Amino acid sequence: VERAAVRGRLSWQSASVVELIDETARTRTLVLDPPDWPGHRAGQHVDVRLTAEDGYQAQRSYSIASAPEDDHLELTVERLDDGEVSPYLVDELRPGDELELRGPIGGYFVWEESLGGPLLLVGGGSGVVPLRAMLRHHAAIESLVPVRVLYSARSVDEIIYREELVRATADVRFTLTRAQPDGWQGYRGRIDATMLADVSWPASERPIVYVCGPTGFVETAAGVLVALGHEPARIRTERFGPT
Amino acid sequence: MSALDGNAIAGQLCEVFGREMTMSTGVCAGCGAAGRLGELETYVRGPGTVGRCRRCKAVLVVLVTIRETTCVDLRGLAGLELEPQEA
Repeated sequence: VERAAVRGRLSWQSASVVELIDETARTRTLVLDPPDWPGHRAGQHVDVRLTAEDGYQAQRSYSIASAPEDDHLELTVERLDDGEVSPYLVDELRPGDELELRGPIGGYFVWEESLGGPLLLVGGGSGVVPLRAMLRHHAAIESLVPVRVLYSARSVDEIIYREELVRATADVRFTLTRAQPDGWQGYRGRIDATMLADVSWPASERPIVYVCGPTGFVETAAGVLVALGHEPARIRTERFGPT
Repeated sequence: MSALDGNAIAGQLCEVFGREMTMSTGVCAGCGAAGRLGELETYVRGPGTVGRCRRCKAVLVVLVTIRETTCVDLRGLAGLELEPQEA
């Protein structure tokens, strides 16, 4: 087979669905087996393309949830009720189906050990997906870079990868914005300066920060971090939105 | 409509430029601000894709694809510094 992915060029390929994992009521992880995968870096994404019978095509970008070291390519997709692509991926896709994708894509929202740390990962909602790839990569290479995570979700039931994150060796903290169960030990409410100052290393230690989530969440977190004295150039952001 | 960022159009930029572009730096012809294309303020819901300067909101990049032909308008960019490619 001729190698499809010439370096730097993107080619569409058909990946088979190996497994589907329900993460929360609204999110599902697609475990994929692309035939020609050149490998990826933690934080990169893929474009997924659906083609209707009449030829209409819709294309969306999804973060890669798996580490480069994992056996399969995983995407975790949140169902947006008025979306063109996500309802199909979350509700209709079945194991054995084929999914058209291209990637890996992106170089900005990527963490590699050579970038150093300490590493602070701040995620809102499904913005945790690329951060999970970074955490898994960090664990897989047994990195000694100190890492902390602040993850904002609406309720316990909406925490994606909950068991994995609770078990992680990294310092992972949660805030629940809408409902907290009895005896909840984590933070409450939306992220703010107090919370970020509590979780983060001081600006003088120059952490490298990755913030991913809905646009408003990212703007708030990045703004607060800059106000706390963190260097804008060491804060990398990725915004999710209904498109 | 809420804006996304340049990460969301990394695939389209790669199609146009033939290489990863989100780490490359664009200079706004309007206000002179320099920023990674990954940080572009990006609107993807229109008939085309629009990337604006995060500081002054000027239009830097417009990509419109019609019948498989992509039109690229970069008039808002005064400069583009390409990040070295990974091996």
